[in-house]
Amino acid sequence: MSEMEIKSSPMDQEAAGRSVRSGAPLREFARNLVTTPREFRDSLIRHGRPTSDRARSQTIFSNFFLHILPVRTHVHSIKAATTLGLGVATLVLFVLLCVTGVLLMVYYKPAVDQAYDSMLDIMHVVPTGRLMRNVHRWSAHAMVACVMLHMARAFYTSAYKRPRQFNWVVGMGLFVLTLGLSFTGYLLPWDQLAFWAVTIGANIAQSPQELTDALGVTGVFDLGRTQKELLLGAHNVGQEALIRFYVLHVIVLPVVATVLIGVHFWRIRKDGGLVRPSRADPPELPLCKGGGTDAAAASRRAGITASPAAVKTYGLMALMKDRTPAVNREMQNTIPTWPNVIYVIGAATMFTVLIMLVLGVVFDAPLKEMANPAVPENPAKAPWYFLGLQELVSYSAFMGGVGIPAIVVLGLALVPYLDREKEDYGVWFSGRRGRRVATVSALFAAVTVVAMLWFTVRFGWLRNWPSTSQVPQIVITFFNPGTIFVALFATWSIAVVKATRSTRMGAVALFTCFLVGFVILTYFATVHRGPNWDFYWSMEDWPVH
Amino acid sequence: MRHEINQLETAKRFQAPGTRRDFLGLAAAWSAILALVMAMLGAMRLPMPSVFPESNSKTKLGKPDRFASQSTTYFPQHRLWLYRDDQGFHAISSVCTHLGCIAERAEDGQFHCPCHGSKFDAVGRVTGGPAPKGLMWVELTVSPEGYLVADTLKEVPQGTLLHA
Repeated sequence: MSEMEIKSSPMDQEAAGRSVRSGAPLREFARNLVTTPREFRDSLIRHGRPTSDRARSQTIFSNFFLHILPVRTHVHSIKAATTLGLGVATLVLFVLLCVTGVLLMVYYKPAVDQAYDSMLDIMHVVPTGRLMRNVHRWSAHAMVACVMLHMARAFYTSAYKRPRQFNWVVGMGLFVLTLGLSFTGYLLPWDQLAFWAVTIGANIAQSPQELTDALGVTGVFDLGRTQKELLLGAHNVGQEALIRFYVLHVIVLPVVATVLIGVHFWRIRKDGGLVRPSRADPPELPLCKGGGTDAAAASRRAGITASPAAVKTYGLMALMKDRTPAVNREMQNTIPTWPNVIYVIGAATMFTVLIMLVLGVVFDAPLKEMANPAVPENPAKAPWYFLGLQELVSYSAFMGGVGIPAIVVLGLALVPYLDREKEDYGVWFSGRRGRRVATVSALFAAVTVVAMLWFTVRFGWLRNWPSTSQVPQIVITFFNPGTIFVALFATWSIAVVKATRSTRMGAVALFTCFLVGFVILTYFATVHRGPNWDFYWSMEDWPVH
Repeated sequence: MRHEINQLETAKRFQAPGTRRDFLGLAAAWSAILALVMAMLGAMRLPMPSVFPESNSKTKLGKPDRFASQSTTYFPQHRLWLYRDDQGFHAISSVCTHLGCIAERAEDGQFHCPCHGSKFDAVGRVTGGPAPKGLMWVELTVSPEGYLVADTLKEVPQGTLLHA
């Protein structure tokens, strides 16, 4: 070893420097201090500015919150007509509800003698309390609407089909949870509307007694009573019920919903991204702008068919069943997720928040007088999304409140397993024939529902007619306007399946019927039902009392 | 090569019905599922109340002679109508049997529910609307001190009178 070599070793130089120049560590410390912000940023974001495709990919891939997104997204996915942004809007509303909800929890007290007072405090004393409550209430309504529209979008674009069947079921779970969150939140203000709407809801939970009584088995098997006691912790809505609804509303249901939302999003990735029609991927299409472009095009020109990424995908394919992202095609028609998809998500987020803020500033969430268990609200109307059910409940408590909703939810959840036709996915209504089926079905449902409602209002039902006034309850339970709708809709969709020889068309017919039925019943119960659940042309005709 | 054979054997084992190993595996899996279900049911026992806040459902309505013959008295707190006629007393709950709203008693003695339009006659029988059964007749007794006592959770057959 020569002297030269020893001298040139950096280790030794450093050691020598340390012993000789005592001012150096301090200077190093000062330098560290100055460069700390930059060093911190580099430790937080480990890649450079997203100016290259590689850095853009890393921006998505190495970020905990963004890594649920693919680094490249198909152009079809960010077109407005693909999703209408409804999924993102629903998520934004859920986050908005969590934030405003936690803020409201700071002042709200779930005790029957304090709850209403704390609501008044929130409305009139707490800084920004009124705005937070308004945004919370309007976001809750908007979330129910967005979930339903999102479901309709997924249905009409065939997004429930293989391999997305299970995610459709998860979505149904989220739909039910959203309604559960709304229902449990409805009691908390402890005003008249809350008390009586929940009294009705709890008695719907008890309504299986209608069936068990008719069968004479209530003594041994009293499902209705069990459900009501589980829900209320008492025989009537009171302190026990309030604390139960509070626990469900602020912890149990939000946590379950958060987990299911995670599963829902994760499955979108695992099921191959958003559904898209085959025409979005023509076999020979020039590469998109900004789409992966130079390297891919160069390798294609050079006749290289297997990029390193493709090899990796193939390795995964050995483990996976079914179709995987097409090897060598993953660059085609895709754009970097950063910034394109992020812009779209950001725009949908800002739009949703803006609408909710404007609603919250302009309209106050209603608060009636304090709950009074001795005097019912007349009419005691549930929130709009339950009003269609309330109309059905006015025919039969069990069928309207338990039977028909269960049939609808179960039927919707089973759609992907009953309709397995492999036509082109991602096309609204599956094309022209589907649009025609949907239009005709909508007309059929509208005529049926309006005619039945007119008949019921004009002539009443079995009990109002002398010859049938004494029919047993079980007849009314199974034969009432509500069950007739369901039976007619089912018959109609079976007829459509036969006529078109297509289960997809039958599903489109059935879904459209229920959607139209839901809308008309909701409108009818909102506008045309007044005190004593009597028919009125408008609210102005209601008797004054 | 060995890997392929293993795969083949695995495939065979899943196809062949009822080998001993399958049975033990399935038994273990189902035991685990059963244990989970039972644990869930056990946990669900907690929110099933064994004592109710309204457990003392008996209320003193007053001495019998407080109520004139042919009179009806309403007890809003207990949602109860008390009737006295020549034969005796009976009490009808005003809680609608449809969905628990409070039926209002009209001048003619009939009951109308404001929530979904159920109608009942003067003795609580259903005459219209969605109510599945008649209004509840509540058990009446006389306490040792001679007070009229109603148990709002105990139903008696329609027409039952307390002779007093």
